[in-house]
Amino acid sequence: MFDFYFDLPLWFRLVLQGTIVILVLFPLAAACSMAERKISAWIQGRPGPNRTIPPFLAWIPGINIIRNLGLFQLAADGGKFTFKEDPVPGNVNKFYFILAPILAMIPALSTISFVPFGAYFKTLADGTRELTPIILANTDVGLLAVFAVSSLGVYALILAGWASNSKYPFLGGVRASAQLISYELSMTLSILPIFLWINAPGGEGTLSLFNVVQTQSQVGFLGGMWYIFLMPVSALVFLVALFAETNRQPFDMPESESDLVGGFHTEYGAFKWSLFFVAEYAHMIVGSGIFCLLFLGGWNPLPWVSLADLVNFGAGFLPIIAAPLVMGLLAITLFLLKVGFFIFFFMWVRWTLPRFRYDQVMNLGWKKLLPLSIANLIFYAVAIAVKDLYFPNL
Amino acid sequence: MSDTLFHFFSVLTVACALGLVLNKNAVASALCLLVCLTGIAGLFVLLDAFLLAVLTVFVYAGAVVALFLFIIMLLDMQGGDRKPFTKASIIAGAAAVGLLCTGLYSFIVRGHIDSPALADTPAVGSSLRAYAELLFTTYLLPVQIVGFLLLIAMLGVIVISKKFEGLEDIK
Repeated sequence: MFDFYFDLPLWFRLVLQGTIVILVLFPLAAACSMAERKISAWIQGRPGPNRTIPPFLAWIPGINIIRNLGLFQLAADGGKFTFKEDPVPGNVNKFYFILAPILAMIPALSTISFVPFGAYFKTLADGTRELTPIILANTDVGLLAVFAVSSLGVYALILAGWASNSKYPFLGGVRASAQLISYELSMTLSILPIFLWINAPGGEGTLSLFNVVQTQSQVGFLGGMWYIFLMPVSALVFLVALFAETNRQPFDMPESESDLVGGFHTEYGAFKWSLFFVAEYAHMIVGSGIFCLLFLGGWNPLPWVSLADLVNFGAGFLPIIAAPLVMGLLAITLFLLKVGFFIFFFMWVRWTLPRFRYDQVMNLGWKKLLPLSIANLIFYAVAIAVKDLYFPNL
Repeated sequence: MSDTLFHFFSVLTVACALGLVLNKNAVASALCLLVCLTGIAGLFVLLDAFLLAVLTVFVYAGAVVALFLFIIMLLDMQGGDRKPFTKASIIAGAAAVGLLCTGLYSFIVRGHIDSPALADTPAVGSSLRAYAELLFTTYLLPVQIVGFLLLIAMLGVIVISKKFEGLEDIK
């Protein structure tokens, strides 16, 4: 049915796939801003945006439901950011001032290329079926590549703060660089136990996120266990570091409104500001996705129930479920549900916890999370060695 | 395709390296270094050394240059007046120029190294196992020594930068 697609040149297919993913991610990030307003309203016991509607649509019966959900507010916001006057303050360093929001978008949108977001059965030439990831760039260095590209996101904040040439943005930029570097360490150390666990002695060694999900979908008690149960401390440290890396409250030191006005983006407005905003949400989406892949079994519906089990079971009644398109959509839906829950969790935390002071952020990062993640790594290194030596068949 | 990419990344790397040295603005220099390192990572990718490329971006572009920028911004370095030459600095400069010229000369005249046949070099690519085995067997001692040197440097920075008032502080 789709054979004509695979006859297209490779570069064209890659460009097409990349464009499609960005076309999904970008509006998704924008929709998160809407979700944030609605969820914050819900947590604070108020209705949130529920009045916006284009006048020429108001006659349609039943459209009030969409209006009350605030969906038109999203379009209004988008239009406002695009068409509003976009002033550049007089004393800024113009080149870097304009470069910063562009730099913010590049890592935010390109990290997704190393993140698998689904899987489907591919029928090989000899008739056997193989689980294949839906991913833009399926490399063996997977997770490391995600970290490498996303670590470039800090330059946008530093440059924005420096180029604005005023005190508040400057302080925001300095805070951003210090905070991101501090939490990167604990973040990387916290996920090492997972890769110690999945890279059995004698194997080729892999950092691929697809393989992490595969090792969570095996048979048996340990095989089907999600890593959040196996390594709860890793998951906790990773989650806290993720909050800090995405600059979400309670870690939003770079922009803390109460003491820095708006932090690194004080001087920005209109479209440039919205680029920073979308970049933050894109980071959040990708970060939640990575957390789900590492600790929550990716696209597997339940612990000890893998997607392949579910599809094989379902195909007994409805053979079409095993078709690549249906199975891929099912996997992506399951994955997006988990990601959606985590985005809700991000917002839940934001509207529940007060912001840390800067010294508390540094204390937590260097004196608590880092030793905890190192101890966690050593514990699992020893435990995995003991398990491999004495209980190889567990 | 890969030839075009090679030329692109090489020109990018060299141009940014020049920009790094010639730029008067410290922040612009640091950004040139950032682009230069990204270009080097691109060259590594063309050599199929994916792990090396990713690590270059992660460690150098992601963390080290960010620290440079952090320090530049924190100290607000804007060039400033050059110190006058002294006798010692002239001698040291001349010696350095001499060494550099000797190195360049020997590189041009007899620097030709037969590159090993492609079939002899194992394609390590992104195989973590190959890297790990080399790190823990052939290069174990150099890695340990470099790690130890870094530790000493770190301790040295702490000792130099921290002002010890009395014996109480050292404890």
